[in-house]
Amino acid sequence: MQTLTYRDALNQALREEMQRDDRVFLMGEEVAEYDGAYKVSRGLLKEFGPMRVVDTPIAELGFAGVGVGAAMVGLRPVIEMMTFNFALLAIDQIVNSAAKMRYMSGGQVGVPIVFRGPGGAALQLAAQHSQAFESWYAHIPGLKVVMPGTPADAKGLLKSAIRDDDPVVFIEGEMLYNLKGDVPDGDYTIPIGVADIKRAGDDVTLVCHSKTVGVALKAAEQLAEESISAEVIDLRTIRPMDTETVLRSVVKTNRCVVVEEGWPFAGVGAQVVDTVQREAFDHLDAPLLRVTGADVPMPYNKALERAAKADPSQVVAAVKTVLYRE
Amino acid sequence: MATKIVMEALSPTMEEGRLVEWKKQEGESVTTGDVLAEVETDKAVMELVARADGVLLKQVIAAGTTVPVADLVGIIGEPGEDIAALLDGAGAKPPTPPEPATTAAAPAPAPMQQAEGSPAPETSAPVSPPMAAPGQRIKASPLARRIATERGLDLAAIRGSGPEGRIVKRDLDRQPAAAPGATAAYPSAGFTDVPLTMIRKAIATRLAQSIGPIPTFYLTTEVEMDRAWEAREALKAVGPEGKVSFNDIILKATALALRQHPACNAWWQGDHIRLWHEVHVGVAVAVEDGLITPVIRHADHKSLREISSETRDLADRARARKLTPEEYTGATFSVSNLGMFDIDQFTAVINPPEGGILAVGSIVEKPVIVAGQVSVGRRMRVTMSCDHRVIDGATGAQFLQTLTLLLENPLAMVW
Repeated sequence: MQTLTYRDALNQALREEMQRDDRVFLMGEEVAEYDGAYKVSRGLLKEFGPMRVVDTPIAELGFAGVGVGAAMVGLRPVIEMMTFNFALLAIDQIVNSAAKMRYMSGGQVGVPIVFRGPGGAALQLAAQHSQAFESWYAHIPGLKVVMPGTPADAKGLLKSAIRDDDPVVFIEGEMLYNLKGDVPDGDYTIPIGVADIKRAGDDVTLVCHSKTVGVALKAAEQLAEESISAEVIDLRTIRPMDTETVLRSVVKTNRCVVVEEGWPFAGVGAQVVDTVQREAFDHLDAPLLRVTGADVPMPYNKALERAAKADPSQVVAAVKTVLYRE
Repeated sequence: MATKIVMEALSPTMEEGRLVEWKKQEGESVTTGDVLAEVETDKAVMELVARADGVLLKQVIAAGTTVPVADLVGIIGEPGEDIAALLDGAGAKPPTPPEPATTAAAPAPAPMQQAEGSPAPETSAPVSPPMAAPGQRIKASPLARRIATERGLDLAAIRGSGPEGRIVKRDLDRQPAAAPGATAAYPSAGFTDVPLTMIRKAIATRLAQSIGPIPTFYLTTEVEMDRAWEAREALKAVGPEGKVSFNDIILKATALALRQHPACNAWWQGDHIRLWHEVHVGVAVAVEDGLITPVIRHADHKSLREISSETRDLADRARARKLTPEEYTGATFSVSNLGMFDIDQFTAVINPPEGGILAVGSIVEKPVIVAGQVSVGRRMRVTMSCDHRVIDGATGAQFLQTLTLLLENPLAMVW
């Protein structure tokens, strides 16, 4: 076991997969000479050379398309989006080419590609650079959407994503890059589509992913002080979603609160609520509640920004509501 | 989509089941409710029914196999469906979340933990929310509705503590369970929970320390059975139907005596005593490898004829191991009779949480002294085992006096 930052865990995953399979290459803005805007690709140019660690112009649609083409002819590209805010420019290639090629070629052409980079809000990057787009990608048949919340999950899931034969949108947490955690030694993978119980509990199920794992765990700690036992389930993969783990928990607790960073309308939480109300209807003692980012463009003002983000106190309040406390 | 068939908990105490016989073969089509297999539980042989429509794709375990509750025993699905994934998961994977179809067999979830210091909703709300008026829609959470159905509770009689009077799980946690097997045909008054007084607590603790988990004492009396004998003979005149056993007569008398002595018709509940307002008498029946105690519900309201035919039916089905759990749980008092084995007198072991059990010996002809003269009489010795935490010596003795009076004067039973 080693203690690593989320950033270095991702770096290890990239390095190990590039060592393991010479079809794997990394491409994106500043990934080579600058070692990556967030230093995730540190040292990779030196080790693997400019053929496999490729700097691109600021042209997301273009290099996403180059990646899709490379994947179609047998390579395994990892395309870094400096942030997923910039992937808006590339979304036609992701949605219309990568996601649909296997289907439209009658199964003849797969696209084994990973689009990765940070998503969600950081601090005071304002409306255009503080957005959680996972529900957009999760909406698309043909895309897998993976969002690790810890260093260990980041490494194991990125390796699975690179080895996957279909396109994976791998959204990292910009605020998680410095998060430290225990990471198993050696080569290990974490399967896509399997959630993880980050904390066991009996009274309420908290469903979260990526950055909100920390929010939910903090809320669970506060709730424990009031003798409320919360179970924290980290989805880890948004699509395909591990509804089985969520349902098993809700059957036990009879209550559920979904926590996510993104906007409320048609968010990931809406999908969780849809499944739980249908599959566990007779086990529910209260309506499901969601804690989300505020339904506004992210304010630049520090105080307003804080108010617009999902935080532990909102989770605690939602839990008390579904428990009929206060 | 393929549906798993799992070993269901078919009795309250069942932890594993033996699949006795498959009633459907692989490839046979099944409809929800069809009997798939016979399963032997710890108490009886029960039917495992289909919870989905389709074809029985796979018998995962063979007849004769014993598996724990919730283990995979078979799969229902569409013909040709790929079930490899479901089979791979057998054993290795954690249990699947209950599919809606299997929830009926799931045990009720554990009661919600109330945090210390959190006020009970009844006391925190300044005004208790009203119960739903007649005809008005009852607001209750889906879970509360399911629990109410399982426990036989009437939601209309429950005050909801949730928003706008919604009945939620915690409101049901405060409700006593409905009487087992209660039917509309009989007044269902339930029971009264009596808090323990200090002296009751002291008696309970001290006596349990002295004698074991159930501080039992025994009361024996001899009952003159001449009139009961005559009455039984006389009943034969009504035809084959009129043939009742002494045990039937004893059951009837016991039920009536219990009604007069509610302190003996009670359960020990650890921190309180439950005085039942209904009389459900358990009848110990010897079966191969053991015994089981089917229950005559509302025995105090039933005629001798009803008790007789019901007892015969229950005993027959007990021996065939065909009783359902409702038929052998929920007794408020029990009777065990070894008279037919020529046992003069014995003590029976209390079936907790019941407070007492009556052990009945055989009726023997013996010399008796009546008004100074020796003559021949029929006598029967009964011994009542009493849980001292529930029943005191004098209380039990008074019950036996009433029982004796009824048996010695059978007409008093119909008076």
